[in-house]
Amino acid sequence: MKTKTFSIGGIHISKHKSSAQIPVEELALPDIVHIPVKQHIGTPAKIKVKIGDKVKVGTLLAEADGIISANVFSSISGEVKKIEEINDGKGWLVTVITIEREGDEFEPYMDLSDDLMTDISDDKEALRQVIRSAGIVGMGGAGFPTAVKTSIPEGKKADTLIINGIECEPYLTADSRLMEEKAEQIIIGVRILNKILGIQNAIIAIDENKPRAIAKLTQITKRYVGVNVRVCKSIYPQGGEKQLINTITEREVPSGMLPIDVGCVVQNVATVYAIYEAVQKHIPLFRRILTVSGDMNDNPRNYLVRVGTPISFVLKQNKVDMEKVGKVIIGGPMMGQTIAALDAPVTKMTSGIILLSKETSDKPESTSCIRCGKCVDACPMGLMPLNIRQAVNENNKEELRLLHVQDCVQCGSCSFVCPAKIPLLDFCKIGKFELSRK
Amino acid sequence: MYKISTTPHINSKQTTQKIMRDVIVALSPAIFSALVIFGYRALIVLITSITSCVFFEYVIGKKLKLGNTTNDLSAVITGILLALNLPATMPIWMIIIGSFMAIGVAKMAFGGIGKNIFNPALVGRVFLFISFPVQMTYWIKPHSFDFFNIDAGTAATPLKTMKNLDIGESLSSLTSYWDLFIGNIGGSMGETSALAILIGFVWLLKQHIIRWHIPVYFVGSFAICMMITHWITGNSQYDVLAHILSGGLMLGAVFMATDYTTSPMTKKGKIVFAVGCGVLTYIIRVFGSYPEGVSFAILIMNAWVPLIDKYCPQYVYGTGRK
Repeated sequence: MKTKTFSIGGIHISKHKSSAQIPVEELALPDIVHIPVKQHIGTPAKIKVKIGDKVKVGTLLAEADGIISANVFSSISGEVKKIEEINDGKGWLVTVITIEREGDEFEPYMDLSDDLMTDISDDKEALRQVIRSAGIVGMGGAGFPTAVKTSIPEGKKADTLIINGIECEPYLTADSRLMEEKAEQIIIGVRILNKILGIQNAIIAIDENKPRAIAKLTQITKRYVGVNVRVCKSIYPQGGEKQLINTITEREVPSGMLPIDVGCVVQNVATVYAIYEAVQKHIPLFRRILTVSGDMNDNPRNYLVRVGTPISFVLKQNKVDMEKVGKVIIGGPMMGQTIAALDAPVTKMTSGIILLSKETSDKPESTSCIRCGKCVDACPMGLMPLNIRQAVNENNKEELRLLHVQDCVQCGSCSFVCPAKIPLLDFCKIGKFELSRK
Repeated sequence: MYKISTTPHINSKQTTQKIMRDVIVALSPAIFSALVIFGYRALIVLITSITSCVFFEYVIGKKLKLGNTTNDLSAVITGILLALNLPATMPIWMIIIGSFMAIGVAKMAFGGIGKNIFNPALVGRVFLFISFPVQMTYWIKPHSFDFFNIDAGTAATPLKTMKNLDIGESLSSLTSYWDLFIGNIGGSMGETSALAILIGFVWLLKQHIIRWHIPVYFVGSFAICMMITHWITGNSQYDVLAHILSGGLMLGAVFMATDYTTSPMTKKGKIVFAVGCGVLTYIIRVFGSYPEGVSFAILIMNAWVPLIDKYCPQYVYGTGRK
């Protein structure tokens, strides 16, 4: 099969996927979890429990408040101890429901067997309702409520469903493992989405550096109608939504518009698996797979973790020597955010915890721009980061608009390739901010 | 507490210094051929030019409070390029003046690396060419300064020869293409061997230092113009292959026109720039009074770079290809 890629820019990065061959293991249960009421884009969920309540795994803790919101479920059984505001490690205060664990009891409505459920019995509307009530959000990192993403607005039409199995960030292997271990479940999840969207054209896009996942999914898709596998080149940011749409359909999402405007719906594989569990097994979203890795971590692992588990607990289980760690990144090293303290919990959007050694944690010192143009060649949106930097320095808003700075997808390719080590993405972010400010 | 920073958290290993080191490696075949063809005299010119360029970069950088930028090695490259653009017989004091013009005036006065408009080495060369025309066009025969041979003699460059050819006479009766290709001819130290420059070109491409567009479009557009002229006039002084292989065309197209700071950003811009260089070189060589036009062509196009950059922007995703 011919590998495909997007038409503008892109960079080659060492992938460091050392945990790709390590099967997912269930992490030990923490004694305490902090479950945030906002693990998605939109309004925080409304709290439905009070201090002292006994909860089980799968008990609704907080209810979606409005359309752009998502339900939050308990991930352990025990007693609600506190409803408090804690530091999320990035500098924000977040409201969490703190639960102390007693045993591990599940709500009886869940089907926890390993039986594969292939028949999709519900109708379109009922399926969408299940996704909504299971609290499913985009698990690739964006956290947009999935039920909203699958409702096609009036006057728009979807013709292609793209399943994002690229995982182009270095170190991360959670999606890769999921595709290998739960291939058929993912395909059933895709068929659920096909049914909701009323289409028969789903494409699972996988990076060429995941040969086992490609082989497995390709073999299984032969038995199902309307689901196909497409192999994509291992170029960063292949997994960016706009780049992936361009790769698969050769279309481009016009500036300021959404994928659905070009007939596409894009879903991450982890989200699709969550949809399978919700619809076929009645399991709401209370756990996820994440990768613990990094340049100084000689024990890279993929864990199935309950939402709300403190990051410090995950790292303790991983037996990392925290003395040597300089930086803790939530997500991948290209786009993930750093946290200063480890009290923050794992959320529905946490795809990985990447640890960098003290030596690599310092930003290199920048020197003069030599106009080599590597940032221009790298930008997958066709922007000119060096000119954006100059316009930001001159505070020239008109120029920033002409340079399309608002189209920046913040992939970080420009900063990565710069031989003068200029933090070009920082300037692009400032430029975007300046334009958004009236 | 752990470090907080903006994204991305990893960087490529490429640095300005490593890029410059690769350019020096790419220049080494041309340096080698200069040493083989022009002997110890070439070594003197090279050492003088490099040392004075680095010296001026250090001193002027300090005076203008631009910091010490000598360890990025860009001044070394300017020194090498200037030397390769000079005849091996160039007096030392003139080389030092040329280095001052290159580094002091063309580079540091504009604010140092990345800020200059004109290619420093070319500014140095053209300044010397205009100020000291006799010394700058005193071409010795190859191997005049071999370490055991001091029998120096002068030789006209092929371009000069061609310019004075009568109709019907052909260059190949005087110099073979092979000599032109390997550089066994009179000329500036680094210009003569097309082979050495091509080896450097391959290295630059392999290391992803430059893209192929500027050299290929530069030489290509020049060749097409020359071919048409040759075809119309039938005059062998417009022999295309001889023209490509002689003078500063190859060195200019591969090492001077591709200078990051003084060439356009985008692919489209690079093509416009390179074609401009090619056509101007052709015009100067055919219609001008100088036999050689590469330096002037590149410097003139350098001045156009900001405008080219403005009118040849990158295609932005989602804006609709025409």
